[in-house]
Amino acid sequence: MKRWLIGSSLVAITLALVAAGCGGESKSTTTKSTSAGGKGGDLITVANAAPSGSPDPQVNYTLQEWQLLILSHDGLIAFRRLSGAPGTKKVPDLAESIPEPTNGGKTWTFMLRSGIKFSDGSTLDGADVKATFERLFKIGNSPNAGTWYNVIQGADACIKTPKTCDLSQGIKVNGNEVTFNLTIADPEFLDKLAVPFAFILPSSTATKNVDIPPPGTGPYKWAQYAPSKQIKLVRNTFFKEWSKDAQPAGNPDTIVQKFGLTPEAQVTAVENNQADWMFDQPPADRLTELSTKYADRVHVNPLTAVWYFAFNVREKPFDNLKARQGVNYATDRNALVKIYGGPKLALPTCQILPPNFPGYKPYCPYTTGGGTEKWTGPDLAKAQQLIKASGTKGAAVKVNTTTNDVDKALGLYFVGLLNKLGYKATLQALSPDIQYPYSQNSSNHTQFAFSSWYQDYPAASDFLNILLGCGSFHPNSNSSPNIAEFCHKGIQANMDKAGKLGITDPDAANELWAQVDKDVTDQAPWVSMFNPKYIDVLSERVKGYQFSPQWYFLLDQASVK
Amino acid sequence: MAEFAYEPEPEPEARLAPGESAREISGRSPWRIAGRRLVRDRIALAALALFLLIVVVSFLAPVYANRIAHTDPFDSHISATTTVDGKEVDVIQQGGGELGLGEVPIGPTWQANYFLGADNQGRDVAARVLYGGRASLAIGIGSAVICCLIALVLALLAGFFRGWLDATLSRVMDLIWAFPVYLLAISIATVLLTTPEGINFGFVQIEASSLWVPTLIIALVYIPYVFRPVRGQVLSVREKGYVDASISQGASNLRLMFAEILPNVISTVIVMLPLMIATTVLTESALSFLSIGVQPPQASWGTVIEDGQGLLYTRPWVAIAPGIMIVLTVLSLNVLGDGVRDALDPRAKVRVKE
Repeated sequence: MKRWLIGSSLVAITLALVAAGCGGESKSTTTKSTSAGGKGGDLITVANAAPSGSPDPQVNYTLQEWQLLILSHDGLIAFRRLSGAPGTKKVPDLAESIPEPTNGGKTWTFMLRSGIKFSDGSTLDGADVKATFERLFKIGNSPNAGTWYNVIQGADACIKTPKTCDLSQGIKVNGNEVTFNLTIADPEFLDKLAVPFAFILPSSTATKNVDIPPPGTGPYKWAQYAPSKQIKLVRNTFFKEWSKDAQPAGNPDTIVQKFGLTPEAQVTAVENNQADWMFDQPPADRLTELSTKYADRVHVNPLTAVWYFAFNVREKPFDNLKARQGVNYATDRNALVKIYGGPKLALPTCQILPPNFPGYKPYCPYTTGGGTEKWTGPDLAKAQQLIKASGTKGAAVKVNTTTNDVDKALGLYFVGLLNKLGYKATLQALSPDIQYPYSQNSSNHTQFAFSSWYQDYPAASDFLNILLGCGSFHPNSNSSPNIAEFCHKGIQANMDKAGKLGITDPDAANELWAQVDKDVTDQAPWVSMFNPKYIDVLSERVKGYQFSPQWYFLLDQASVK
Repeated sequence: MAEFAYEPEPEPEARLAPGESAREISGRSPWRIAGRRLVRDRIALAALALFLLIVVVSFLAPVYANRIAHTDPFDSHISATTTVDGKEVDVIQQGGGELGLGEVPIGPTWQANYFLGADNQGRDVAARVLYGGRASLAIGIGSAVICCLIALVLALLAGFFRGWLDATLSRVMDLIWAFPVYLLAISIATVLLTTPEGINFGFVQIEASSLWVPTLIIALVYIPYVFRPVRGQVLSVREKGYVDASISQGASNLRLMFAEILPNVISTVIVMLPLMIATTVLTESALSFLSIGVQPPQASWGTVIEDGQGLLYTRPWVAIAPGIMIVLTVLSLNVLGDGVRDALDPRAKVRVKE
């Protein structure tokens, strides 16, 4: 997930992703939950703008909308709706149980719970499941249809001719029994069933983008979607709690998200109790104020995310391993953490996988002090030695970043550092909407580009294979998430092996992913900077705060009564 | 958008300043008369002195940075420390409170180092404001001079030859005039700054990060604003009897343009120049504030304000200091412009056109 806006960048994620993965659970992330309150009342949230892109649940790819969609819709599987490590565990949602795959991991048979109703009063059945997945292809612009769900038999034909999509072979329905037949075993298939693209919609839903999410089975329904004004969710009167783990009943009667306030104004609104929660992150110059005056209303949680600058390993001067390693050794990650907001808001890192993630083992070779697990400081002498040996001194380098305050400041830091190391560096700051596709497109010959990545679901391949797999590099495409254009045959072979192993032995697969993480880090396709944390600011009346590592602040579990 | 328009006095024969007698100016050259009037205008002189002070101080930026503040204002000093009142402190300091969130740059020390504090890269704001002044003034003065020179030459050609040349040049100017200044400048700057090779005319190559890029863009967008009044002046002067007399004596076109017409329209350009500089300094600051003027880590007053935008709550001086410099510069140039106008052409009107 590319920061908060994921957009269409993942459309071209490769088949390799499907073959990769691991099925382990992540370790816990620390969070604090406040005492629970009562039911009722209106939870008022504020955001700068409506979620970008279509509001259609099978198209939208933003955290902002997903945080609301999980309250109104369900998949066959769900991530447990809890704080901390338990929140990464998959539990049955519309399905009665999580089945064991058969046929070498290629067949999954689910039994739907009976009596579940959509918010329009219609009853859920197997036909809705089949229609949902066919719609995913028929609407033609679901970002991950061709990369995540193309393993379903018949999906290839659906990609070619979406309008006539027929998944009768891939999804067999017998009453409430639904059987998925896959073309290849996919260790991450259950993860993909637990995200909003696969949330079940009524079979009567139009096969075109809708302007408000259609009826779902969750405790709320979408009553208003006015992108210039607000989103409003009200209670779904047909909802009866069937699994507290998967879809607990919500506390507030309505959940409203109002648009049009700058982050500065959002902070003020929440401080003054005019809003209960702000979606956007508070600006840097309000943090001290929040920290001193409103500490009891601020929650900080680590994220399974990484911020990095990607070297282009196919462009001079960073087609040279020693040059890349040299810059890594020279980077003062504490300075970068300071730019982001300080050590309370980010942790320095050298590797790809974030802490508490499947396959994570601390590894940092680019540090002083001789350790290899934790970054302690930059080693400028070693950096200069490596860069001298690389013979790349004096090369011109364009540091590509966005015009956002923090991103630009990070870019400026690297301009100074690269100049100090003997390069001729200049800054290229582009609007965030332009910079991400620009940096992905190899025809732009980006040399050193800013990016960041937030998990879609807890699997090592979601970082390693998507961002650094050979199949994730698409020449001359704006949808090429492998910005570094990195492709190492030996490492890719291990990624493929780990993916296959994940079906039968998730623990062994994670061991292999840890080795892949180490090997990639040694090849230095990035300067991994830090793992960020997330700040939630609440009004005085909000009780029952819970932070899910998958969905972040669980809005409906908060109470305003 | 407010723009200025200059309407020169069409009858240069009767140019007595208010309270000035014909005796005082009789027998003196127009330039001496203007100089005498300007010297008597104390407000204009004070404005000139202020402007010169800003120019001198700004161009002494390297001396301040190297000899007084001992800092590199273009390099990041995020992890650096500095000494304040004998104590070593972090340039970027961890936020306070129970949670210790955020990092705050050091505020004004009112000492040699970090006199106005630091920005979010730990750079000395005072040094950057002075360096910013160099860039803003260089671009402002440079673009105003280039703009006036090009506009003057084009106006001479259009007004003297008239006919198809005048029609063509006037329509091109109308075309440029039709675009809102900032929209046009932003469009051109966006294209040039995202072109990796910068501007390449074959014989001249300008890097995208060069100060020449904003200078030329700003000069270009303001040409019609000088061209129009000067062309009107040329058309008027060309009909004067002394021009006809020169024609009857067989003077060449070049001589007519540069010896007869130019001296009689140059005062219009001179009057406009300070006002143009004020306008171009503002435009440069606006473009740099929008990240499409001077490119970081170089400084201009606009980029320093942009740096300070994210620090308004905690370190307002980062944005206020360059803002004050812009206000003082523009104010001094406007007052000076009025003084020059009064000296050269006391009955002309300079008005703001919406």
